[in-house]
Amino acid sequence: MSRIKVELKKKDVDTIREICKSFNNLPGELINVLHKAQHTFGYLPAEVQEVVARELNVPVAKVYGVVTFYSFFSMIPKGKHPISVCTGTACYVRGAENVLAEFKKNLKIDVGETTSDGKFSISCLRCVGACGLAPVVMVGEKTYGRVSPEMVKDILKEYDE
Amino acid sequence: MADYKIHLLVCGGTGCKSSESQILAEHLRSSIESQGLSDFAQVIGTGCFGFCEKGPIVKIIPDNTFYTQVKPEDAKEIVEEHIVKGRKVSRLLYKDPKSDKIVSDSKGMEFYKKQVRIALRNCGVIDPENIEEYIARDGYASLGKVLTTLTPEATIEIIKKSGLRGRGGAGFPTGLKWEITRQSPGKEKYVVCNADEGDPGAFMDRSILEGDPHSVIEAMAINGYCTGASNGLVYIRAEYPLAIERLKKAIEQAREYGLLGERILGTDFSFDINLRYGAGAFVCGEETALIHSMEGGRGEPTMKPPFPSVKGYLGKPTNVNNVETFASIPVIINKGYEWYSSIGTEKSKGTKVFALAGKVNNVGLIEVPMGITLREVIFEIGGGIKNGKKFKGVQIGGPSGGCLTYKHLDVPIDYESLIAAGAMMGSGGMIIMDEDDCMVDVAKYFLDFTVDESCGKCTPCRVGNKRMHELLNNITKGNGTKDDIDRLINLGNVIKDTSLCMLGQSAPNPVLSIIENFREEYEAHIQDKKCPSGVCKALMVYEIVPENCVGCTACARACPVGAITGERKEVHRIDPALCIKCGACMDRCKFNAVIVN
Repeated sequence: MSRIKVELKKKDVDTIREICKSFNNLPGELINVLHKAQHTFGYLPAEVQEVVARELNVPVAKVYGVVTFYSFFSMIPKGKHPISVCTGTACYVRGAENVLAEFKKNLKIDVGETTSDGKFSISCLRCVGACGLAPVVMVGEKTYGRVSPEMVKDILKEYDE
Repeated sequence: MADYKIHLLVCGGTGCKSSESQILAEHLRSSIESQGLSDFAQVIGTGCFGFCEKGPIVKIIPDNTFYTQVKPEDAKEIVEEHIVKGRKVSRLLYKDPKSDKIVSDSKGMEFYKKQVRIALRNCGVIDPENIEEYIARDGYASLGKVLTTLTPEATIEIIKKSGLRGRGGAGFPTGLKWEITRQSPGKEKYVVCNADEGDPGAFMDRSILEGDPHSVIEAMAINGYCTGASNGLVYIRAEYPLAIERLKKAIEQAREYGLLGERILGTDFSFDINLRYGAGAFVCGEETALIHSMEGGRGEPTMKPPFPSVKGYLGKPTNVNNVETFASIPVIINKGYEWYSSIGTEKSKGTKVFALAGKVNNVGLIEVPMGITLREVIFEIGGGIKNGKKFKGVQIGGPSGGCLTYKHLDVPIDYESLIAAGAMMGSGGMIIMDEDDCMVDVAKYFLDFTVDESCGKCTPCRVGNKRMHELLNNITKGNGTKDDIDRLINLGNVIKDTSLCMLGQSAPNPVLSIIENFREEYEAHIQDKKCPSGVCKALMVYEIVPENCVGCTACARACPVGAITGERKEVHRIDPALCIKCGACMDRCKFNAVIVN
């Protein structure tokens, strides 16, 4: 996968600085800083990580190490409508794999990727906790329960502009 | 204040919220208002009722009417019929699937009959965003009692005598942990609540935090008093936005009421709680990894000892307990250790919360006394297997646990019996599987999870599990060899013996217990190259039944790889060497001539 190059504007750098400052530039707050930065930018490109490292006075390698360790952090931007398929055990035994395969087939992307028009991205998550509705799929904030592969096309259609 | 005669409790847990329970609550409120009953009936958003299968749930107090699968459109009818005219809306009442009878009072439901709700005592009862409702149910009474009448030692003694053991899965005696933290020298100590529920298919902790956050706050303060800590931290998954929001609100309310902060209840004891967010790493449920993550680093475990009780967060003595453990504390102090230890078995006291899921009729959150059998849980509380299928296995303890079979249905649920049977208590995930599930594929699923979540620090876990995964992959693809089962057993035992933390030490458990209990399924995959449940795609063979084929050529035209040949009006055949098992032919055939073997 080729790395996405981003040029940060001065105002973006200032935003990151402010986030770090709100946590008193403490290295121990790295994860909280990254949470907030990802919330602001949608993802954590290397350039953002470099600024965070400088501000908290830790090596970039440490920041990169943390970003890649945790599945919640992403270095590529998610789609406008991020699709998350629950692959928790309850969803798995009720057929989540087939639902996931159908999304991949329809969008022609793999898990962790974004469609070229930036509209959809697919990720897996481990248990939303709505096991009574298994299998569960989330598109953005909206939850779909008891999803079958046949429903996938209709779900995607809802997001036609 | 209005004197409400009727309360409508609407479930606001994550499960029901995703089925629009919030909109439902709003509709109920506006219907009540338009009937001019705003001083008579009140709508309350509560935590999880546990009966997630049939959500959203609305329960009406005082008559305990239990409405299931209620939609926002039903709100008007409930108010006009039930609240105004006193007639229950029978089409929304729960129907017992076995007797086909309507059960209108929730107390009469099989699902609740055998449950003993202690940690979940307030879930589905109170409004979690209102501290006064918690206080009205004896909330913070235990904190008051402890601070004003008991010494830390006496309090620890109560917890020890109650027999409470860690509900995160390992089952370490809670009172003893508190005592060790108390005795560890140091001025600065920490209380940590482990709310990093990473076990897929488990949502006990989340439901408690969403439905009764104050019980955890109260217990953490009690723990702080006992251990000498004045700082509490909750390490919670960022994936639980609702639980985070409710917990934050609850902490603020507790501060306002002087139940957190400086000089609590006018005593010398000061204590406050802050939140730390996880970022999606299963291994962070392990306490040393959790502490490293709280310090802002990668959540990699370290060798124990030193235990966190001696050297934990920032190198200071740290008492780490799980959400459910904390939630049980206030009741134990209120009702006494004699009462608590009278529930359960000799070595496992009290109750355990399980997230019951999979192919069972009543998916949901349950709390049962220790010692109850798997049969009672699955067939009575759980209502048996979905669609009348045959029970095959139950996975307990998530990716660290084991898979048990019908042989074990009468095993009592307690720490020791489960380990003896080859599973473990774990955090409380309980997944039921039926005849359609392929156990080899289930083993692969769990290993997939651990391989993905292994932090990569120690070799047995990082490399060993990967190799086991490859072996399983080969088996499900039909490339397994005779020796593979022995290889899996040997490798699994080495990983268990040599891994650094519990993640690695328990990762082979699902594979090993499935070999132990379902060996014939492995053998079918390896020797006969067949998947008895028809799950493993690579082992399926698509065939055309000559008697049913009319030679319409529809399948041949549908096949994307040209694997089907045959003349019009003649029997077609599938070339297994070319077939990619996509199933397109089967979908297209109108004569049921395509079958899978």
